Order: sequence, then structure tokens, then C-alpha cells
Amino acid sequence: MTPYLVLSAILFTIGSVGVLTRRNSIVVFMCIELMLNASNLAFVTFAKQHGNLSGQVAAFFVMVVAAAEVVVGLAIIMTIFRTRRSASVDDPSLLKY
Amino acid sequence: MTVFWILSPIMVVAALGLLFVRKAVHAALLLAVVMISLAVLYAVLEAPFLFVVQIIVYTGAILMLFLFVLMLVGVDASDSVVETIKGQRVLAIAAGTILGLLLGVSVGQVTLGTAVGLSDANAGGNVQALANLVFSRYVFAFEITSALLITAALGAMVLAHRERLTPKVTQADLARQRMQDYADSGRHPGPLPAPGVYARHNAVDTPALLPDGTAAESSISRVLAARGTVRTAPVNAEDIDQITRQLGVEVDTAPEVAGKVGAAASTEEDVR
Repeated sequence: MTPYLVLSAILFTIGSVGVLTRRNSIVVFMCIELMLNASNLAFVTFAKQHGNLSGQVAAFFVMVVAAAEVVVGLAIIMTIFRTRRSASVDDPSLLKY
Repeated sequence: MTVFWILSPIMVVAALGLLFVRKAVHAALLLAVVMISLAVLYAVLEAPFLFVVQIIVYTGAILMLFLFVLMLVGVDASDSVVETIKGQRVLAIAAGTILGLLLGVSVGQVTLGTAVGLSDANAGGNVQALANLVFSRYVFAFEITSALLITAALGAMVLAHRERLTPKVTQADLARQRMQDYADSGRHPGPLPAPGVYARHNAVDTPALLPDGTAAESSISRVLAARGTVRTAPVNAEDIDQITRQLGVEVDTAPEVAGKVGAAASTEEDVR
């Protein structure tokens, strides 16, 4: 089962680097989804490791939360895009002035 | 394990591509690759329900929502490579490497032993067993989830809502405006000419021809003109010659025009 966990760790790392480096807010969002998916893989792997379905239930709840989060997040991005004409994460820094 | 060793390189490469591709649409497609591969891994890991949910919810709903927003925001909106915080990218990659090493080493240190497997837990069917758990031990979390979903739907509606600042333009207003424009600037009040009228093709990218043989700019969509994909009559004429040569057919004896006196002469070039 260790290879699955290593793959999950790799995907999580790539997702976190993406969140830090990418400028387009939609791509940043995709990287967050990648991190959620990586954690889901770990959940499902541990479910099989321990012969217990709780891990799969947790993965299911993560998916539901991810769906809700994407809906609200994309709505926020759309609202920012409407006023700023840009989806870059650098532009909302104007909020601090 | 064969499936895993086939899919995991694909997933890692696609995920790395997510970091490097310039266009957001390509990133979305790479994410789709990762998610579908993950769904297959779920099937291998004895989670058929999550396999289906991953396909339907993630690749079906969430990714389509991403693509939908990308289309609204503009597909061409590519990432800028300008660093706004100095050294941020290098630091981020260094921190990511450290995190990856930390996770990899800690996972590698753990001895997991042989996997128990889910054949016992899935004995009565995976979906039934999951339903038993969701509606008994995790029923409270399940109820909270419903509240979360309602909140998210309401939040999205509130965020996407836009108050109308100006009164709605009615048909009568539009007609009045059209006549006003005609009176002021002499703009033609009728509908715009259709593309391709009296031109050789009737495709939308072929401008209609005016009586003097010049192209009528107003017959072409502004978007096509901005992209520069408008086809002019000479280009189309070249196309016809090329196709005639490829087919080895004489235009005058071709079945569509054969026998029609002056059929070929009805095109604009000949008239001109």
C-alpha cells in the first residue's frame, strides 16, 4: 500500500507548489482540487489497509465539501473578474489600500 | 499493482504539467487526466462507489464548472510570468521540495504490514455497506453536509446576482434608437446584410459583396474580423481551383452546373 501513499504525497506536494507559484486564480483553484484528490487517495488507501470503510466515507464527504467549495470559489472569481476584468491573484492585492 | 504502475507516471506527469502549462484550459484538461486516473485507482482499491462518484462529481460536474468559468473569463487569459514578489517562485519550489521530501520520508518510514482488504467489509455490497455507515455512525456529518450544500448554493446565487442599474431596454426603445441613429448619422435602420450574399460561398466568414464588388464589412461578425479569419473572394477562388484540380473535374462539365447556360457566369467575379 506504500506506493499509493507515496503517490498521494507527490500529488499533494505538486498541488501545494502550484498554489504558491501560479498566478491565474482558476489554476490555483485547480491545484487546491488536486490536493483534495491526493488526500482522498490516502483515505481510500487506508480504508483498504485497515479493512474499514470509514476511510471511504471520509473521502465521500471530502468530495461533497470540494463541490460546495468550488461553487462558491468560482462565484467569487467571477465576481472579481466582473469588476477587475482579470483572474490574476495579484490584482485583489489592491484591497489592502 | 500493474494498473497502479501504469497510471501513476501518467498522473504525476499530468500533475506536473499543471504547474507549467500557460493556458488555463490545458491545465483543466490535465486535471481531468489526473482525476480519471484516480477514479480507476479507486476501483482498484475496492471502492466502486467512489469510482463512480469521482467520475460523476469530479470529472463530470466540478471540471465542467471550471471549464464553464474559463469560457466566461476568456480562454485566452493565460498566466503572466512576471514575479510580483521577488524570489517567491524559488522559495515556493524549495518549500515544496522540502514538503515532498518530508511526506515521502515519513510515509517510507512507516511499516504498514499486509493490507487487510475490504472483502469482509464489502461482503454485502460496497454501496450498501457505505450507506449503513453514512446513515448510522456518520449521520450527523451527513446532515451537516446538507446544510453546507444549501449554504453554498445560496452563496453562489448571491455572488452571481447582479442588480439591474439601468432600466430594461424594450423593443420600442430599440426601434426609436434605430430611427434616431438614422436621422443623426444616416446609419441604415434595417437588419445587417447576411454574410455570403452574392459571394461565392455562403459561409459566415465570407463577406457579402456590394454591387461594385467590394466586401461589405457589416456582413461579417466583429469577432471574426478581430481574429482575422475573414476569407476574401480571391482566396475562395483559389480554393475552387485547387479542389477542381484535386478532383480532376472540369467545372463546366460538373453535374451541378452542366447544362445550365451561363451557370458559371453567375458568380461575382464573372459579373464583375
